[in-house]
Amino acid sequence: METAVPNTGTEDKLWGGGNKPLKVTYGKMMMWFFILSDALTFSGFLAAYGFSRFKFIDSWPIADEVFNHFPFLHGVDAPMYYVALMTFILIFSSVTMVLAVDAGHHMKQKKVILYMFLTIIGGIIFVGSQAWEWKNFIKGEYGAVETKGGQILQFVDAEGHRVSLNDVAVIDTHKERVRHERKNGIWYTDEGTLPTYTIEEIRNGFAKKSDLLIRTQILTEDGHKTVLSREESLKKLNAEAIGIVEGANLRHNEYGTPLFANFFFFITGFHGFHVFSGVVINIIIFINVILGTYERRKNYEMVEKVGLYWHFVDLVWVFVFTFFYLV
Amino acid sequence: MAHDTAHHESNTKRIWNVFIILSVITIVEVILGIIKPAFLVDIKLVSMKLLNWIFIILTIWKAYYITWAFMHMEGETKGLRRSVVWTSVFLICYLIFILLTEGDYIYEVYKSGYVSWDF
Repeated sequence: METAVPNTGTEDKLWGGGNKPLKVTYGKMMMWFFILSDALTFSGFLAAYGFSRFKFIDSWPIADEVFNHFPFLHGVDAPMYYVALMTFILIFSSVTMVLAVDAGHHMKQKKVILYMFLTIIGGIIFVGSQAWEWKNFIKGEYGAVETKGGQILQFVDAEGHRVSLNDVAVIDTHKERVRHERKNGIWYTDEGTLPTYTIEEIRNGFAKKSDLLIRTQILTEDGHKTVLSREESLKKLNAEAIGIVEGANLRHNEYGTPLFANFFFFITGFHGFHVFSGVVINIIIFINVILGTYERRKNYEMVEKVGLYWHFVDLVWVFVFTFFYLV
Repeated sequence: MAHDTAHHESNTKRIWNVFIILSVITIVEVILGIIKPAFLVDIKLVSMKLLNWIFIILTIWKAYYITWAFMHMEGETKGLRRSVVWTSVFLICYLIFILLTEGDYIYEVYKSGYVSWDF
């Protein structure tokens, strides 16, 4: 195994640098310490998430209501299933990675190639799934109304089912407004995309449809969102609502506090970036395996090192999964 | 361990065993997350639902298997293992403790203080 690191002539010299107390190569040890520092970075993010969540413990969005999509099942409420599938894909790609490392110990090049290929495929599927999850999150589903204080008001019917903005609004065709762009106005100002409806259209629609109610961000004792009575709903909507929110970005979030969206983007984004870079590094090592570099070197320790990184990515996901989707 | 490449016995059986353990834990987590048994939600332990404690313990259990079996921490020397695991466990526990305490304090201020943030 010493062939991976050039020999320095200090072997067997106990007081001359020949002592290896940790009994690993430099590369593997440094991969471990890199993983340690990266683990601390991720715990910093997750602990900050916990901080914000404790700060808004009685108004945090309910994950099951936010992440409830599954491919090809439109409109079906399927909380957890998709993210569970993603978790399995990542755990399985971790298994194929460790099988590749194991095959490397026995110098079986063909097997290493096969298992690394499967690992890379798993990683790519995982990143793709995360992109799909982001798309659903950004697009939003029902839409909501934002108040002066930055609170989110959502619409429900008498049974408590969510109602989307286009079922609430009564469209006023006279009030249609075009988006101001640089090319057709003052050149140094422009505005973001206009929401589909104006707040007046929502107010009118809500006043006409008497079975609609408003749901606030505040959680009740048993963990559901508070639903206001009809009178309170009307009062709240007329006095406090100032705008429409559809979907989520870093400043507005139809599911609840914007912090939820910020942490979601930041943590899953940083993790997704790790998966992406893991796939890239895996591909590089994969090419080397095919070229026979490690056959000539007579050890597959490089596969082991990228394997460590890959397992670490899986390890982080296990925690992200718990704190974003379960707890 | 990488040294002694020549007499390296195959770990394939253990790898699949660990995969089965990880899968079962994940399935249990998902089932609990979907049905959310009422008695687990109602019981509070150190200001958190019992269900959440179960999730966290299962997660740490999974993390243990990934690190020990897949990352092969069980085969490393005591020195390397401790310098990685003890450092991270200590720092992470400390960080979580101070941040969650502070978060809870701010929640109390928002709830009972004079500043209104829902207007």
